[in-house]
Amino acid sequence: MKILALESSGLVASVAVTEDDNLLGEYTINYKKTHSQTLLPMLDEVAKMIELDLKSVDVIAVSAGPGSFTGLRIGSATAKGLALALDKKIVSVPTVDALAYNLWGSADLVCPLMDARRQQAYTGLYEFSEGQMNRVLAQCAAGIDEITEKVNQLGRRTVFLGDGVPVFADYIKEHVKVPYLFAPAHCNKQRAASVAALGAVLYEKGLAEDAAAHKPEYLRLSQAERERQEKVRDFRI
Amino acid sequence: MNDSKKTREVRILAIESSCDETAAAVVVNGRDMRSNVISSQIALHTLYGGVVPEIASRKHIEKINQVITQALKDADMTLQDIDAIGVTYGPGLVGALLVGVAEAKAISYAANIPLVGVHHIEGHISANYIENPDLKPPFLCLVVSGGHTHLVKVIDYGKYEVLGRTRDDAAGEAFDKVARAIGLGYPGGPKIEKVSHEGNPDAIAFPRAKITDGVYDFSFSGLKSAVLNYLNGCRMKNIPICQADVAASFQKSVTDVLVEHARHAIREFGMDAFAIAGGVASNGVIRGAMEEMCRQEGVRFYHPSPILCTDNAAMIGAAAYYDYIAGKRAGLDLNAVPNLKLGESAI
Repeated sequence: MKILALESSGLVASVAVTEDDNLLGEYTINYKKTHSQTLLPMLDEVAKMIELDLKSVDVIAVSAGPGSFTGLRIGSATAKGLALALDKKIVSVPTVDALAYNLWGSADLVCPLMDARRQQAYTGLYEFSEGQMNRVLAQCAAGIDEITEKVNQLGRRTVFLGDGVPVFADYIKEHVKVPYLFAPAHCNKQRAASVAALGAVLYEKGLAEDAAAHKPEYLRLSQAERERQEKVRDFRI
Repeated sequence: MNDSKKTREVRILAIESSCDETAAAVVVNGRDMRSNVISSQIALHTLYGGVVPEIASRKHIEKINQVITQALKDADMTLQDIDAIGVTYGPGLVGALLVGVAEAKAISYAANIPLVGVHHIEGHISANYIENPDLKPPFLCLVVSGGHTHLVKVIDYGKYEVLGRTRDDAAGEAFDKVARAIGLGYPGGPKIEKVSHEGNPDAIAFPRAKITDGVYDFSFSGLKSAVLNYLNGCRMKNIPICQADVAASFQKSVTDVLVEHARHAIREFGMDAFAIAGGVASNGVIRGAMEEMCRQEGVRFYHPSPILCTDNAAMIGAAAYYDYIAGKRAGLDLNAVPNLKLGESAI
């Protein structure tokens, strides 16, 4: 089965094509340039290099959030356009899950941290057993204090990764009481290959959706909605 | 598909998502509208008194495939029948634009269909081509909407000279703000027009702003402030406010300014055709006044139907056709340009 995967939830832009257990091609950049200008040219480059016939792709996997709202929509709209033109389905891969999947097989607890601003992270906790990734804590937006407390409670050695690591490194050094590690460069940021590999697992579970129905999972309301809710709540009190 | 037909026809699939309408359309040869699908978000934004960019962007991504599929279905076509894809890439809300741009590029790439990037205002102007087969450049066009107030000389297809633009608020923006101030709510344009029929347009003398160093430029923030000051004054003196009179007088002031700018340009440039476009162009009072002015000046008057005044994709398809036959193409790196200027290609 051939999977085309897109990842644009953060600073990283990445595209990958996998066929069964083979990664045919991956192009990842972690550089300040808008994904709108990079993602599709990158796909075109990979497709040319591996002589990809787009019609041979079985399903489009996309890193579906959380992350940068605009980045997520660029990935989603690209996936939806490809899927519409090729008449394929989309597998929405939770971004934090895909990040954790970078460390497949880890014996330690895995804690992705994506900087969500305002002292918050998009995060989750994962462990691997017998080739399966299990969610100890499903992806969520949480304060750095909450997630470190949870890590301390679990009492296991933990690997942190993601663009939140440099942001929260000092906090982690000060507050994490269990042994911990930071993942190295080749696997500490979003990668479309992980989105494809986890996408394959989700696809096997029958989780592909119609392209029209796909939308990102932001895990946060827009500011206007949040403020309105607060106002409504205050009014009720 | 009929091959002989295909050689004569250029079929454009157009996509528009610059503000709060998710839209797609199929237009043949720039004039023949085969479908025009619009998913409006107005009800959603009414809660917030105006368009919330993040909410608009979120809705675009939820609706875009359905809208495109419907546009193809209504036109009785598939992607195989399409010669080019036209998409709005500016000006507008960047997050909203990006949805349409990313989607259009992906379809263009996967289906191997050429892509054309369209300027939103160029789209509004081109809306006039759809229902007026005799309209050809050169002509003068006034584009008035919630985000834009432009007086444009259309020199040729795809060739524009902006004579004047607003220095502050767009005309439609002023309608929204005044509507909110007199308790009518969003969207202001249709609501003010409706109540204005009950009011006296000469009841209150609101100012008609003149810009000394730019004869064709507009300014509506002074007018908006004058309305707010008037309302405050009434409240302080306990004078009852007649909503209909305020609405009618405000609308008259906007209309007078627009009409006089247009008349001045028609005379100076010796134009024999004048068109209006944009959301505010569906205002019956403004349209009527423009028509009367054109009759007085002896020039032909053009305006799109209300459905083509509001943001739509058919107008983008009309504009894309002329760009397409002129050989303009956008690449896979096409980006949204929120403050794109008319006549300045960013491609």
